[in-house]
Amino acid sequence: MISSIKIPAAPELSYLLRLADTCLISGQRLGEWCGHGPILEEDIALSNLALDLIGQSRALLTLAGERSGQGYDEDQLAFLRDEVDYRNPTLAELPRGDFAFTVLRNLMLSTWLKLMWERLRDSSDAELTAIAGKALKEARYHQQHAADWAVRLGDGTEESHRRCETALATLWLYTPELFEDDSVDAAATAAGLGPAWSQLQEPWLAEIGEVLGEAKLAVPPAPTFRSTGKRGLHSEHMGYLLAEMQYLQRAYPGGAW
Amino acid sequence: MYTQAMDTLREEGGDKPPLRTAEEAQLQQRFDNRIDAGEFIEAKDWMPENYRKTLLRQISQHAHSEIVGMLPEGNWITRAPTLKRKAILLAKVQDEGGHGLYLYAAAETLGTSRDQMLDALHTGKAKYSSIFNYPTLTWADVGAIGWLVDGAAIMNQVPICRCSYAPYARAMVRICREESFHQRQGYDSLLVMMKEGTEAQRAMVQEAVNRWWWPCLMMFGPPDDQSPNSAQGMRWGIKRVSNDTLRQKFVDAAMQQAEVLGVSFPDPDLRWNEATGHWDYGKIDWSEFWRVVGGEGPCNRERLAARVKAWEEGKWVREAALAHARKSDLKEAA
Repeated sequence: MISSIKIPAAPELSYLLRLADTCLISGQRLGEWCGHGPILEEDIALSNLALDLIGQSRALLTLAGERSGQGYDEDQLAFLRDEVDYRNPTLAELPRGDFAFTVLRNLMLSTWLKLMWERLRDSSDAELTAIAGKALKEARYHQQHAADWAVRLGDGTEESHRRCETALATLWLYTPELFEDDSVDAAATAAGLGPAWSQLQEPWLAEIGEVLGEAKLAVPPAPTFRSTGKRGLHSEHMGYLLAEMQYLQRAYPGGAW
Repeated sequence: MYTQAMDTLREEGGDKPPLRTAEEAQLQQRFDNRIDAGEFIEAKDWMPENYRKTLLRQISQHAHSEIVGMLPEGNWITRAPTLKRKAILLAKVQDEGGHGLYLYAAAETLGTSRDQMLDALHTGKAKYSSIFNYPTLTWADVGAIGWLVDGAAIMNQVPICRCSYAPYARAMVRICREESFHQRQGYDSLLVMMKEGTEAQRAMVQEAVNRWWWPCLMMFGPPDDQSPNSAQGMRWGIKRVSNDTLRQKFVDAAMQQAEVLGVSFPDPDLRWNEATGHWDYGKIDWSEFWRVVGGEGPCNRERLAARVKAWEEGKWVREAALAHARKSDLKEAA
């Protein structure tokens, strides 16, 4: 068993890891659909989304590794970090649920990522700017794909509408975390690295509201619950996700893959 | 693996030759002449009913094999050991889904819908390649499938690029290109573990190769003298090269690759034959092949159950998409 790597408590590193982990953990969840989708075309599409997100996480983790000052590579960061050092918002790690749950989470995260990538094109970090330029194109497509399905399912049959409402009620509880600032955001803004997450809230609500309206789904009331994944305090699901994802690297010390 | 459709006909009862009218006899003659001249048959051309049925059986079985084949490797996507391997595996399994799509489309040109073909799969009437009824127990299985299973599939499929039925031949050209990438990534993954990995990893690779070797040899179908439908397939230009010839070609290529890799195959009778210029190999246990084809392989039930579950759980999604499309049409019409 290989022991975990230690992550320095630098706010700019946390900022990058929050974004990288959002991509990686969403990609990991979407990968679970491969071979099990409701229609062959969607099976392929979901794998494609997963592939893009894994690609984005690789670029970001490589950058985070360089910025960490520890010489970590993408795989050390992905496979040898403890749960508490994973910084994705909890929304990304929730189990994949049914197709309505997956579609609506994709809508929320791809909209959020799109808004983030748009702003990161102006980052003071040239490498981050380059990553954002490529990822933005992918996120736009992801958002369109999720929005199309949200409308089909929301305004489809009684059953699909009901499933969307159920999924939305759960997912919505985890959305405030996407827009809460802390010292990490303050440092990132001061350094010109990227926007404070709170800056994404207004455009996000507007875009999501428009899609939900077309899907004949009501925007749920603002929740009082606050999830804390981006500070390293995750849901119970995260431990299982990481145990599965990290097992080979942990079980074969010194291995080459 | 996909020529298995003809080889397993005896299991499914086969077809009796139909009575023909004079006009049909003439059409048949014209069709035979075109096949003899090496021409391609297109979807709208006249074709004998048995030719259509045989092709439909083979192409739909091939499509089902791609889709069911997503499951054993998909089993390792969430556990892939590096992000690069995860991305490669996702892309690969996604390609298999794409192959399924082209093949279902090619089969639909013969007059059967994808839903009808899927129903035949889900109710156990249609078969898929028996290789996918074996489990993927370790990460090395992903590499072994790429190297050996996809390697065997390529041997089998390259001749189908010249199949007399043009829509199938066209689909196969693209599929073969992608399969060749799949084989390389599998071999590369094993090579890294063997050359740069640990003792435990090398043992993992050898163990996986031991399990996949014999089932891979079976992928080419029964020996030529026990493959009664092959002659008709050859006559029609659906099958171009015999089972045993392809199997021998596969063994010869695999032996060289195994040497570079540093693994052995679990067959004490493998030896170079100066006289034939080929590798001789031991006796294949055909009772295992027929057992797996007949539904008694290690994972037959799991594989089919996983496909049926995905289909049933997706029913409400497909219904919603149709309902929404109808609403949109009505809105446009209004």
